[in-house]
Amino acid sequence: MEMTEAERNLVYIYDGTLEGFLCCVYESYAQKEFPSDIRVNAGQIMVLESTKWVQTDFSHAQKVYESLDRKICMEAQDFIRDAFLTCIPDREILMYRFILQGYKYGRKIFDRLTDPVVDALTKAVRGLSREAHSLMGFVRFTEYDHVMISCISPKNRVLPLLAKHFENRFPNEVFLIYDKTHKMAIIHKQEGTLLASMDKITLPPMDESEKAYHALWRCFQKTIAIEERSNPKCQMNHMPKRFWADMTEFESD
Amino acid sequence: MDVMEKLTILTDAAKYDVACTSSGVDRSGQQGKIGNASAAGICHSFAADGRCISLLKVLMSNVCIYDCKYCINRMSHETPRTSFTPDELADLTIQFYRRNYIEGLFLSSGVMKNPDYTMEQMIRAIELLRNKHRFNGYIHVKAIPGASAELVQRMGLLADRMSINIELPSEEGLGALAPQKKPEAIIRPMALIHSGIEENKSDLVLYRHAPRFVPAGQSTQMIIGATPDSDRKILSLSEGLYKKYSLKRVFFSAYTPLIEDKALPSVYSAPPLLREHRLYQADWLMRFYGFTADEIVPAGSPNINLAIDPKCNYALRHMEDFPVEVNKAPYAKLLRVPGIGVTSAQRIMQARRAVSLDFDGLKKLGVVLKRAKFFLTCQGRLFDGVVFKHDVILRGLLSKNDLARLPAISGEQISLLDMPGTRQMLLCEPSTAHGYLPEERKESFHGNDRSRTEFGIYI
Repeated sequence: MEMTEAERNLVYIYDGTLEGFLCCVYESYAQKEFPSDIRVNAGQIMVLESTKWVQTDFSHAQKVYESLDRKICMEAQDFIRDAFLTCIPDREILMYRFILQGYKYGRKIFDRLTDPVVDALTKAVRGLSREAHSLMGFVRFTEYDHVMISCISPKNRVLPLLAKHFENRFPNEVFLIYDKTHKMAIIHKQEGTLLASMDKITLPPMDESEKAYHALWRCFQKTIAIEERSNPKCQMNHMPKRFWADMTEFESD
Repeated sequence: MDVMEKLTILTDAAKYDVACTSSGVDRSGQQGKIGNASAAGICHSFAADGRCISLLKVLMSNVCIYDCKYCINRMSHETPRTSFTPDELADLTIQFYRRNYIEGLFLSSGVMKNPDYTMEQMIRAIELLRNKHRFNGYIHVKAIPGASAELVQRMGLLADRMSINIELPSEEGLGALAPQKKPEAIIRPMALIHSGIEENKSDLVLYRHAPRFVPAGQSTQMIIGATPDSDRKILSLSEGLYKKYSLKRVFFSAYTPLIEDKALPSVYSAPPLLREHRLYQADWLMRFYGFTADEIVPAGSPNINLAIDPKCNYALRHMEDFPVEVNKAPYAKLLRVPGIGVTSAQRIMQARRAVSLDFDGLKKLGVVLKRAKFFLTCQGRLFDGVVFKHDVILRGLLSKNDLARLPAISGEQISLLDMPGTRQMLLCEPSTAHGYLPEERKESFHGNDRSRTEFGIYI
């Protein structure tokens, strides 16, 4: 598509929600204009840029969301939802370009794996699933008065993916997983699971029996390694150090 | 003795069994129960040796009436002995599981009194877990060789995976190192579990709610390097086990010498980690890439070449099959190209529906061009600078270190492949070993992608 000089520097500003982003797509179609970037805050505006605030309107968002299924394919909805949870800095503009191309190619957009936009976005989504899968294993709960609490520091916004896994695994437990990076938490009770933002979390001291389980786990984790095969590099490849700070096995006694 | 001490002893005694996967069965959670299972498996931690920790891997007891020479739990070895009570073990498992330390339990045992008594103790612990604690997570149990058919049957209805260790790849090896274990005592329960699984399949067709028997299938383990058995023997045996008993996995465990005995490698020798790594690569080729044991280790060269990975080695021995045109080759042919894995082969099939692929595109798809570039053409053209000649490719594939270690490389005449001296030489330097590859990790990436099942690689 041809862009004019003015359009090349048009920046959309939206409220940071998925609905808000979908409204940017709507706005671009309604106004027949092509933004060069889509951002949450107008923080760093370049000299030649002009900005435009896009108001979130749920009916507009809904229209665009449905069009993903109708004009591209069913997987496109999941894909865009997941892409929105990834941590790449330019995710909005990539998603916008992906949707535009998707309207053109239909479901075949997913075969265009060597296209720069599709390549960047599928890699980002793969990174999200990989991090979520890692954390399904690396999340560590500590019991405080019958509530299981875990803190994590993920790069991507993995909580929605973790919620599904853990509510299925522990239907009768009360648990809370706090994402320190994005200041969000999921809280699961018998009645259901809630995703909420949460500025910080203050934990009470552990009781004696909880301390004992921590010690037992540290002991197992240490003992199971075969000394003759020691391979710390391999260990770090599979379990990068950035996860260690939140894991029971690396606490000091 | 307190639980901490018991856990230390019984973990230490269990760690030489390498299998620790939680894969093979998908089971959703249920109200009133705790736990679920994911077919891809989930790694919960990694030990300092780089191996995945997925299950609480412990022995019920390290008391043993047998005296197998390779085993640290053998009767004549002086070491503190202890056993978990079924209650202690069930509590520990459930408390670890609630904290998400583990995916489930992997229970094995030394043989107390006799095989049946041992199996009964193990069954009691597992029954507590399943019935009292309503545990719905993963359980892998080692069946005790020589246990009665009735106990194997009962255990099979409680566990997700059962395994019986072959231990040594040949009857002679077993005779020399574990004279009290008879091959029949190993093969009989393996056959029993296999027929149990088959019968269960037809029951499930008739009655949807029939209890499931060993739903994640069975696996086994062989010790590598304790006996002089060749890789050809090991791989043919594995191939046979996959075919005959539909095993899900055969694990290889590099022998760690801890016991001084004339019949065993010296305690000063290092575990053959590189050989174990190459065997796993070969095993992968057999299970996911359509290779036969005979193609990997042909009759003339019974051992895997340690200097080069088996897939590259195969390609170099079959230059007539290459180069392969990326935009036309069928899936099975793509899979045989070094540097193209199952995932990238599938991506190639998908991407070439939309565009004609070039080398730059292949890189984006995750193809390892470092190896693949020698064996491919894109749109009819070889990679820039590649000369399609055996010796040149061989040089290109080996690292500088590999080349420096090889004696007598003169001019273009490198006859490294299948050169008998190579193995000996590399075996002396186990420090060159690649990291142990926990298969869990690889399996786990098969998780979300439904398309993969079409190719029958789902475990």
